[in-house]
Amino acid sequence: MPSNAAPNTKPVLTVKNLAVEFPVHKSVVHAVRGVSFTLSRGETLCLVGESGSGKSVTARAILQLVASPGRITAGEILLDTGSGELDIVKLGALGRGIREVRGRRIAMIFQEPMSSLSPVHTIGHQIVETILLHEKISKEEARKRAAALLDRVRIPNPEAALDRYSFEFSGGMRQRAMIAMALSCNPEILIADEPTTALDVTTQAEILSLLRELQRDRGMAVLFITHDMGVVAQIADRVMVMFKGEMVEQADVFDLFERPQQPYTKALLGSVLKLETPAPRPPRPAEESPIAEISDLSLHFPLNVGMLGKPAAYLKAIDGVSLTINKGETVGVVGESGSGKTTLGRTLLRIYTPTGGQVNYWRGDGVEVDIARLSKREMKSLYSEVRMVFQDPHSSLNPRMTVYQIISEPLRTNTAMSEREMRDRVAELLMRVGLPADGGERYPHAFSGGQRQRISIARAIALRPRLIIADEPTSALDVSLRHQVLDLMRGLQDEYGLSYLFISHDISVIRYFCDRVAVMKNGKIVEIGDVQQICERPEHPYTQTLIRAVPRPDPRLRLSAPA
Amino acid sequence: MLLYILKRIAGMIPAMVAISILAFTVIQLPPGDYVSTYAAQIAQAGETVDSAMLNSLRERYGLGENVVVQYFKWIGGIVTRGDFGDSFEWNQPVTELIWGRMGMTALISVLTLILMWAFSLPIGIYSAVRQYSITDYVATAFAFLAMATPNFLLAIVLLYASTMWFGVSVGGLFSPAFENAPLSLAKVWDFITHAWIPIFVLGTAGTASLIRVMRANLLDELHKPYVEAARSKGMPEGRLILTYPVRVALNPFISTVGWVLPALISGELVVSTVLNLPTAGPLLLQALKSQDMYLAGAFILLSGGLVLIGTLVSDILLAISDPRIRLS
Repeated sequence: MPSNAAPNTKPVLTVKNLAVEFPVHKSVVHAVRGVSFTLSRGETLCLVGESGSGKSVTARAILQLVASPGRITAGEILLDTGSGELDIVKLGALGRGIREVRGRRIAMIFQEPMSSLSPVHTIGHQIVETILLHEKISKEEARKRAAALLDRVRIPNPEAALDRYSFEFSGGMRQRAMIAMALSCNPEILIADEPTTALDVTTQAEILSLLRELQRDRGMAVLFITHDMGVVAQIADRVMVMFKGEMVEQADVFDLFERPQQPYTKALLGSVLKLETPAPRPPRPAEESPIAEISDLSLHFPLNVGMLGKPAAYLKAIDGVSLTINKGETVGVVGESGSGKTTLGRTLLRIYTPTGGQVNYWRGDGVEVDIARLSKREMKSLYSEVRMVFQDPHSSLNPRMTVYQIISEPLRTNTAMSEREMRDRVAELLMRVGLPADGGERYPHAFSGGQRQRISIARAIALRPRLIIADEPTSALDVSLRHQVLDLMRGLQDEYGLSYLFISHDISVIRYFCDRVAVMKNGKIVEIGDVQQICERPEHPYTQTLIRAVPRPDPRLRLSAPA
Repeated sequence: MLLYILKRIAGMIPAMVAISILAFTVIQLPPGDYVSTYAAQIAQAGETVDSAMLNSLRERYGLGENVVVQYFKWIGGIVTRGDFGDSFEWNQPVTELIWGRMGMTALISVLTLILMWAFSLPIGIYSAVRQYSITDYVATAFAFLAMATPNFLLAIVLLYASTMWFGVSVGGLFSPAFENAPLSLAKVWDFITHAWIPIFVLGTAGTASLIRVMRANLLDELHKPYVEAARSKGMPEGRLILTYPVRVALNPFISTVGWVLPALISGELVVSTVLNLPTAGPLLLQALKSQDMYLAGAFILLSGGLVLIGTLVSDILLAISDPRIRLS
């Protein structure tokens, strides 16, 4: 595991002063500037940085996979072939030279296991093809080796799996197949570009432990690209931090986490560690009064509707969920993909109509209504009280509307404000969420991801709502922006007395932000309780697995790899 | 897979019934019937019209009967005996008139379709892979020009050019000498020398739009992660593009059979009339004009059937090429 790679071994890969440029219009984007590092056998080097830091481009440059119009403009990438050094930069992107490096000496796995495998070829075809590209063996032998590889990455029933297609596998299984394919020609170096980012946290833990195990068995060098400091702490021997195309700091993993040298590294770790402890919050009042009470809610989608219109089965997206949200409270809903957490949030706004149960809501005027049974028209009046913030700030804002139009839209449809009043209100809202008051005339694309999420929040609070359903509002943001957005939401909560239903897959964000948390699995709530209790003393076995699988940003807390 | 094909074929039956009803309705729609058109012709020729004779004609063909009864008589004959009725105008069973011409239509359409694919596939692929190259611009310019040129205009220009400049007569599908000759290599060659013009005319616009379809599909696929993943395995670029993105981009391309075939068949009517081809088109036009209902009905029915078969073929091809369709 950590640091048992002998420090004095000759590096298998040496990158010197690498520069990659992308000509855009008339200017040039320097995606990577003068980056140097080495990679030794049996070692895991983590390249870490936020979006746009150039970490992925660096990884791709090593295989000459930089997408056009980008190109390597300077530097050397020296690969130790055992019989002398080979400069990959000089090989160019086409031709036999680089093809013999790709897959054979340096293999790569990618972020999206869903789309990194061909949808129209069997898993076996794709692995066998890789082997036959590089080795002169028969198809039967290659197939045998492919089956052994699938077995090695713990895909059950490997012989049969060879003849199946990627869409027949789950995300984790696809990533295993991808790993098997990458390892099929015994590469000396494995480049892993955010291989677990698209996976659920429990699947991520399995894949990370598999990668560690394979690396130990084969003595491979691994270059691991990630934005997640938790993952870094789990698997890195050494870490290189990148920012805006440049290397900020390179250090042993323990040194980096415990004695970061550069201000950027300190800030990055600071924003990660900030999420490790719950934000201070006032104690809950002794007497809680609910704003919404969900009881025995269910939403079943019919499956395989037959000739006579009788469904053969139901998909139980929400299956008997009960949950209370109190005034001024933040209730988190945590779960993996497919757990029904997003559906639950949408059902509260009647984007879906539940098939059973009730959602009692106490309106601002004190009247109690059942959202599950309201008519479309009655629902409309609730939209000024219950608002939603979405995950993706890039697609939840209409790119053809100015920020002023976006934020004023709910005011326009729900109030009788004059244009002048709306201008003032929007300027006030923009300032409140930390954006320039005169930003209203610009379009969303002029803003960064974090700023766009602030615009979404301004839109959500424009009508002074009482309950906000926030569906993964920080998941698309870099870690340094997450706690800023959460702190903003907390400030607004204190100011307006808001209640939040906060949906996330990310335990650390939940722990930072929520009062209580419900853990969902397969449409059911398996455990619900105080956020501290759930995170530190989970009772349900699933919650325990979930909490244990979260990579903690502390290399001293590494999970021991299974033998 | 077999079950999938059977299901598709079963699905075609109601579609075929609907087409037959539609075909019959369409030929009933114009006011009057064959007899009244016939009477008008006689009157125009200056002869006296014997109303007793007209009535007996109506009687003979069952034209006075209820429309529903007429439909069932018509369709019953087709299903049970393969009898499409008689043509009023030609005084012959429809089947005798129609098979040769329908066969020619099918032959020309299928040949055109195959050639369209043969040209548009490589050009489309090249255009996408070398996006914004000179070749791409040339292909694009050709495509827009070809899509915008009406078939009949192209046919007339070609007729004019070959007759005036090369002194070759290109009407029809065979030279007079081969018209009724038995099948031989020479006859096939004669057919090829004649058929290229209608195929060219019919296929140009379709080829052009298929080039655009293929280019757009492939551009969508070229930058997908699975292409990069395959490149990272060390595949040679040409083989990589043909095995991965092109395979996936083929899907929408294959399903074009469904819409290209109807366009071909209706385009064929115009082109065949202009070029005087012995295919179904001109005969159908004539039958419609004279309200020769059983002849027209048979053509419409068979053309509809041809389109259904085209769709079936494209569905089967899709299922073969894409496991996602086959397995779900």
